[in-house]
Amino acid sequence: MSGNTIERKQFTGSMRFLHWLMAAMVLTMLCIGVAMVASLGDYHSLVSIHRPLGISILILVVIRFINRVFSTLPPFPATMSAQERLAAHASEILLYTLLFVTPLVGWGMLSAAGYPIMMFGSVHLFPILPHSVMLYAALRKTHTYLAYLLFLAFVAHFGAILFHTLVVRDRLLSRMVPWRASE
Amino acid sequence: MAPLAASEDPKTADNSDKSRGETWPTDKRPAPLGTGSMLSRLAGIGVMLLGVVAAFLYVGGWFSPDKLTPGRFVDEFERVNGIHSGFRRNHAKGVCVRGYFDSNGQGTRLSKAGVFQAGRVPVIGRFSLGTGDPHSTDEISTARGLGLQFSQADGEQWRTAMINLPVFPFKDPQAFYDNMVASAPDPATHQPDPQKMAAFAAKNPETIQAIGIIKSHAPSSGFDNSSFYGLNAFRFINAAGVSTPVRWTLVSVQPYEAAVASGTSQDKNFLFDALIASITQHPLQWHLMITVGHPGDPTNDAAISWPEGREQVDVGTLTLDSVESDDTSPARDINFDPLILPDGISPSDDPLLSARSAIYSQSFTRRASETKEPSAVTPAEVRR
Repeated sequence: MSGNTIERKQFTGSMRFLHWLMAAMVLTMLCIGVAMVASLGDYHSLVSIHRPLGISILILVVIRFINRVFSTLPPFPATMSAQERLAAHASEILLYTLLFVTPLVGWGMLSAAGYPIMMFGSVHLFPILPHSVMLYAALRKTHTYLAYLLFLAFVAHFGAILFHTLVVRDRLLSRMVPWRASE
Repeated sequence: MAPLAASEDPKTADNSDKSRGETWPTDKRPAPLGTGSMLSRLAGIGVMLLGVVAAFLYVGGWFSPDKLTPGRFVDEFERVNGIHSGFRRNHAKGVCVRGYFDSNGQGTRLSKAGVFQAGRVPVIGRFSLGTGDPHSTDEISTARGLGLQFSQADGEQWRTAMINLPVFPFKDPQAFYDNMVASAPDPATHQPDPQKMAAFAAKNPETIQAIGIIKSHAPSSGFDNSSFYGLNAFRFINAAGVSTPVRWTLVSVQPYEAAVASGTSQDKNFLFDALIASITQHPLQWHLMITVGHPGDPTNDAAISWPEGREQVDVGTLTLDSVESDDTSPARDINFDPLILPDGISPSDDPLLSARSAIYSQSFTRRASETKEPSAVTPAEVRR
């Protein structure tokens, strides 16, 4: 029952906090993204949330990556085969990459479109690319594809944890639950 | 949630202390599931995943094929006008201009936006005609547009897209769309179907009223002596945080001259040619007039004017002193989205504003990827 033993079973508190915070943000973000491009009346208010939320995700994923590098991770359960561990590791790399690249492409695409990159009030970001509509067009498409890929990666991630929780029942989820998975 | 799977199973439930041991309790795995239980759990997972995907698609409008979206709106522009590669889906024909705005500081009591601090900001803009055909013949009666981008020194921008009509004929995006559908030429007669037009008019009396107001303002002879209206109401926020409903108008310094009926001898680009001739002779100027609304003045309906006698504040002078073809100017690649606003100017509750922003963005995205065909007003024509 000592804290040490429990910590080895679970991701650290900061990792779990960042995981759930970002999970909520990213799901909100994906929904806002698909909703705003299909909306006339709510387009402006949704875009006004989409921009600063995306930049927040970009900042948080950098913090999260650094935090992960310096954290001790709990072991995989023995129920996971070598292939499954490899798949889990690959999907983790994919998710980190998408969480970093998707908002970065969003920032780049607004830069290439020549838009001021407004956050809130008078706070705005500098452009990271020159004004070029052809570049904008390519990045705009890329942003959409990356977002769909991120959604699919989320569905796969969600499916895997449901499978482990309901079928394998190896308490894989207990490693990431927000509370201490003791008794 | 975590102990759920384990506690369901009696074998692990009473061994929970041991399950916290050094290694993962491979020997304490829950009893295997029966085939029925396994299949029903897998089915449950499948249902949950499908539910997540369906919810996502629902939010994205996949199950609402009749909803008016920016994409469907722009599709209708393309259906009516055809697709002209690289051009705006509306206000396709235009020329670009440059100049500056000299603020006199009078606007600061209404808005904290940097553009209203006394001083000068650079401006780039584009005059246009309200048609989806970039090669159409200039007509006096076609709505004239002026898109402007004011660049503040701090990096914020104010973009506005104005037209020479005192009110907008449509109160919301649906009315605009329905009018486009109703007035599209019939393939047989090449004329709009009068029955469809009548049905639209019956359903949208505010459009008839707005057209009455528009007709009482006879268009001027050219772009240079037109006044331009911001159409939608906005809100100005000053340094004290006070929000005021406003509308704005660019009032031409060039004296108004009534248009003479355009004869058949007119050049296809006569309005643009006259603008080019005028601007190369002398810089063109407009006063930026802010109409200060009273509390209760409707801010959500661009089809109606505010009552007479509202305070007008002259906040500065716009000077446009150079002109360039769409083909060579960076203004071609600017989306004059009316909701690109600096801190100190906010949207009102007018439903047209968000819709304009969404539709302009859709048009911009589509044309951005296309090959840029030469515009009707060529660089040679501008230099002449």
